[in-house]
Amino acid sequence: MEAEKKKYSLVKLFFSILYISAFTFGGGFVIVTFMKKKFVDELHWIDEQEMLDYTALAQASPGAIAVNASILLGWKAGGFPGMIVAVIAAITPPMVIITAISFAYEAFASNRIVAMVLRGMQAGVGAVMLDVVASLGLNVVKEKSWVLMLIMIAAFIAAFVFNINASIIIVTVIVLVLAYELVTMARKRRNG
Amino acid sequence: MLLKLFFSFIQVGLFSVGGGYAAIPLIKSSIVDAYGWISMGEFTDLITIAEMTPGPIAVNAATFVGIKVAGVPGAFLATFGCILPSCFLVSFLAYAYRKYHQLALIQNMLSGLRPVVVALIASATLSILQMVAFAGKSISAAHLDWTGIILCLVAFLLIRIKKLNPIAVMVSCGVASLVVHGLFGVPMI
Repeated sequence: MEAEKKKYSLVKLFFSILYISAFTFGGGFVIVTFMKKKFVDELHWIDEQEMLDYTALAQASPGAIAVNASILLGWKAGGFPGMIVAVIAAITPPMVIITAISFAYEAFASNRIVAMVLRGMQAGVGAVMLDVVASLGLNVVKEKSWVLMLIMIAAFIAAFVFNINASIIIVTVIVLVLAYELVTMARKRRNG
Repeated sequence: MLLKLFFSFIQVGLFSVGGGYAAIPLIKSSIVDAYGWISMGEFTDLITIAEMTPGPIAVNAATFVGIKVAGVPGAFLATFGCILPSCFLVSFLAYAYRKYHQLALIQNMLSGLRPVVVALIASATLSILQMVAFAGKSISAAHLDWTGIILCLVAFLLIRIKKLNPIAVMVSCGVASLVVHGLFGVPMI
């Protein structure tokens, strides 16, 4: 672990998050997939499981997923200064862009060139997310646990088909796991 | 005024659990309905812009409203207010995670949550792909956007097989779309 710590750098943290934050639009789960590509696949600062844990924590907490995930990554990479650096990096691009646009938003929103570029970038976002979700999904399948598969399928149906809020799904699973643990503990106590 | 702005965005940051679209009704009720800082029309514009630009909707909204109400200092104050609750709460979670994630109970909970997160990302992915394939319109053969579909497929192969940088691929998709629609005049659906 000590050897790995040397790789963390606040400068790299700042520019990685700044870069991701400047180019990813379309909601919290989009930025999380780009973070996974950067911090798990490229920099190897955290492993895939930890990134998924961060995503669950970021989603279940109040506030924007992108900011929350940056806070978690910041603490991991550089403690308190890391957290501050990560948050500043996450909010600077949207603040600058919105400030610039707020003075001429009608011209921006109805501009044909902007619309064309955004349409294409959306296709790119879809491709990146498909790539990440394929890797993540295959890794869950590889664990060969029918419980985990069942959770994944049920959560997908709840989110995509029934449009249930992501936070509600996460809290439901937490309650289910807790209930399962309590039942197991009670059973152990009775048998032992 | 500045204080009111600050505290209403602290509220938004504190109570918008679930990110993005959870924040919209909160912003509307305090910023539009209670204080009248921006009109409903401006609020609709704000949502459009937030969808077209990077960054969380809450941060976009805070900057936008802050500027309208009190210029650039307002933007800073509102944005700072909206991320402050996260900084405290999530920092506490970061600490708790580092300290307790080895516990058996927490381990079981996290391993149960990981497939949920994968499913949630998959659901978001499918929504975006659906938007790309039908150009954000209803699902019907007439709305199939072949430029978008082909771009998305090529981009996917480049990222998956050639392992190209995802942001570079995404920006290239934007340029390619501009060339196809703008230069070659393929009409946008």
